[in-house]
Amino acid sequence: MKVVVLKGGRSLERGVSLRSGARVEDALERLGHEVVPIDVGADLVKRLRAEKPEVAFVAMHGVGGEDGTAQELLEILGIPFTGPAAAACARSIDKVMAKATMRGAGIPTPEFFAFTQTAFRDLGAADALTDLEGTLGFPIVVKPSRGGSSLGVKFAASPAEVPGALVAAFSYDDRVMLERFVQGREVAVSVLGGEALPIVEAIPAEGDPYDFEARYEIGRTHFVCPADLSPTERSAITDAALATCRALGCEGFARVDLILGTDGPWVLEVNAIPGLTDTSLLPQSAEAAGMSFEDLVTRILDLALSPSAA
Amino acid sequence: MTEVPQPPHKRRAHTSTRDLERYAGLFAERTTVMRSSAMRDLMAVTARPEVISLAGGLPDTSTFPPERLAAQMSKIAAESAAAALQYGPTEGFDETKDCIVEVMAAEGMLPDPDDIVITTGGQQAIDLVTKTLVDPGDVVICEAPTYPGAVPVFCSYQADVRQIEMDGDGMRIDLLEELLDELKAEGRRPKFIYTVPSFQNPGGVTLSLERRARLVELARLHEILVVEDSPYGLLRYSGEALPPLYQLDGGDFVIYLGTFSKILSPGIRLGWVVAPPPVLEKVVLGKGATDLCTSTLTQFFVRQYFSEGGWKSYVEDLVDLYRGRRDTMLEALAEHFPAEATWTEPEGGLFIWATLPEYIDTGDLLAKALRNDVAFVPGQAAYVDERGKNSMRLNFSGVNDAEIREGIKRIGRVIGEQVDLFESLSPQGPPGMPGREAEDMPADAGREAADVPVDRDNVVPLRKEANG
Repeated sequence: MKVVVLKGGRSLERGVSLRSGARVEDALERLGHEVVPIDVGADLVKRLRAEKPEVAFVAMHGVGGEDGTAQELLEILGIPFTGPAAAACARSIDKVMAKATMRGAGIPTPEFFAFTQTAFRDLGAADALTDLEGTLGFPIVVKPSRGGSSLGVKFAASPAEVPGALVAAFSYDDRVMLERFVQGREVAVSVLGGEALPIVEAIPAEGDPYDFEARYEIGRTHFVCPADLSPTERSAITDAALATCRALGCEGFARVDLILGTDGPWVLEVNAIPGLTDTSLLPQSAEAAGMSFEDLVTRILDLALSPSAA
Repeated sequence: MTEVPQPPHKRRAHTSTRDLERYAGLFAERTTVMRSSAMRDLMAVTARPEVISLAGGLPDTSTFPPERLAAQMSKIAAESAAAALQYGPTEGFDETKDCIVEVMAAEGMLPDPDDIVITTGGQQAIDLVTKTLVDPGDVVICEAPTYPGAVPVFCSYQADVRQIEMDGDGMRIDLLEELLDELKAEGRRPKFIYTVPSFQNPGGVTLSLERRARLVELARLHEILVVEDSPYGLLRYSGEALPPLYQLDGGDFVIYLGTFSKILSPGIRLGWVVAPPPVLEKVVLGKGATDLCTSTLTQFFVRQYFSEGGWKSYVEDLVDLYRGRRDTMLEALAEHFPAEATWTEPEGGLFIWATLPEYIDTGDLLAKALRNDVAFVPGQAAYVDERGKNSMRLNFSGVNDAEIREGIKRIGRVIGEQVDLFESLSPQGPPGMPGREAEDMPADAGREAADVPVDRDNVVPLRKEANG
């Protein structure tokens, strides 16, 4: 089968995407497919028309690749592709929109407030900060609304740290959110074709629990899969993750990140196109479920070609 | 019977997470100093063709005549193919050392050729000297900020790195004296002081004559070595030439590191170390262990190039070219950077160091800059600690005037947006920001101000006030 692998592009997560793409290409070749890698650029539509692939494997992360832009084009060109549809991608990458959807569906997600740069510049939103700081309590997590990995995510431990954290988050997106910090265990659920794979727990090896950059670095974070959880905890987490995917319309595959607090699971965000690198969580979960990387890639392709396979 | 593995596929089979953790268990402790992957990924985007990169440290090699390179290489092939393709002595060829002596003489130094070892670029020179002198936990002193490429070297040998603040006259020797006394009281003797005294990378400042003399005196007094890294000594665009530390000291306590990278080509990977004989002997042993010898082919190239004369006129051409680019960048900075920013005015070298208000993290700013297709090096890379987060290194040698203007304009715009945003975040109205004082400074104060350490306590008290 002729498969194009879309990767790279202009996203800030270009590096991760290139690694995901390379691994997928390799697996596809082992499986005997004809593979055409495309580093996504201004000639994307031209190249897709010229290559006429049977399916596109989307290995792009971050804004520009995971936000529905490329998916929209694939839908227009009538090329089946892996991962969620354009609309689901657009809903998932925008944390503000995703959390609003979760709230609507009754899924627990930490309380938050979202602001655009315009709100501060033209509407004096800064005057509302003190009120919401009181509501959320410290520390507050400040995040760009769109964007993946840990880029631009900051903890503000006190009111004095909020402006700096906001300036940082606005570097990545024009809308940011302030979110209540939930203490607890960090878990991730990868969902494949409507089914949850074994849960991964990320345990920081040492040091600052607020160091987001350490999160996905081998040696600085220890990953346990399947996570050591009671049956009750496991089903609460799985239910929340599956409900989130349903609410956002994430078919095919996705990864849901949660915090397991003392009062149960809280959904933080959904990654419509989770990383597929050597250190990524989806391949770890698949491995724990007894699937090789090739099995995983095959299953993802099957889901793209006949969504009813889910 | 033992099964013979099949020839490998063109790419390695998938490495499982368990494999990775198993490797991680084998890694040496010194590898844990590696930088965050998020920042590495950001730097991956700077390589995109549409990005104007002021992040590199690249000389402009496009000015070197290709026909000259072709003629020289043909001559080597015709006359010395066998020798040029063979191994060479670990310390380097005598004839190439003569070229080095010529370069150093142009800066007023007269080294004994026997004190020289030719290295694979200046970077290896730093590595070999550190390997020779530093045990884990030993103190190494350097400037704050220091050459970003030296940080991973010092860290990989597990040095205890102490960074000394600079001002417009280079390293603050008074602070150095304090540190040396402090260390002495603790019974610790630092192994060496690493410095780029002329047109410092990344600071762009030059150590004054008075401080040079005092530094050399202190080295003698405390019997510690000074490692003088001088890649840009001949690239002076204005002001008076100053004597190298090596010249002032006579080579007893100063180890000199040089390179052909900035006066000829970084691609040939030729640098050198000049050290007192006992130190040199160990450096040569270390070099032998690392790579046996420096490329003989490029050593032949340098010999050939120098034998034709005219190397100085090429350096003069570069000086003219870079002087123009420096001036362009300084003009663009004055036009496009907000009043809250300060920057150094280098008299030579390749870099300008800009300092922004404390609340701007240049790592995050880089993400915003990349959305506008422009890149720089975030200042934190030049520190071993958390300092430098609000500064950046800007290169003016590797890009043309038009790109410099456009690049600085774009960076200025994103900084301006962050400054405006921060101001709007204060419910108390326009704040009296510390950076504002820059407006009241004398015209040439930009240089000084840029390297004055910013007192964290004086910065960003806005929210505290707002909350009473």
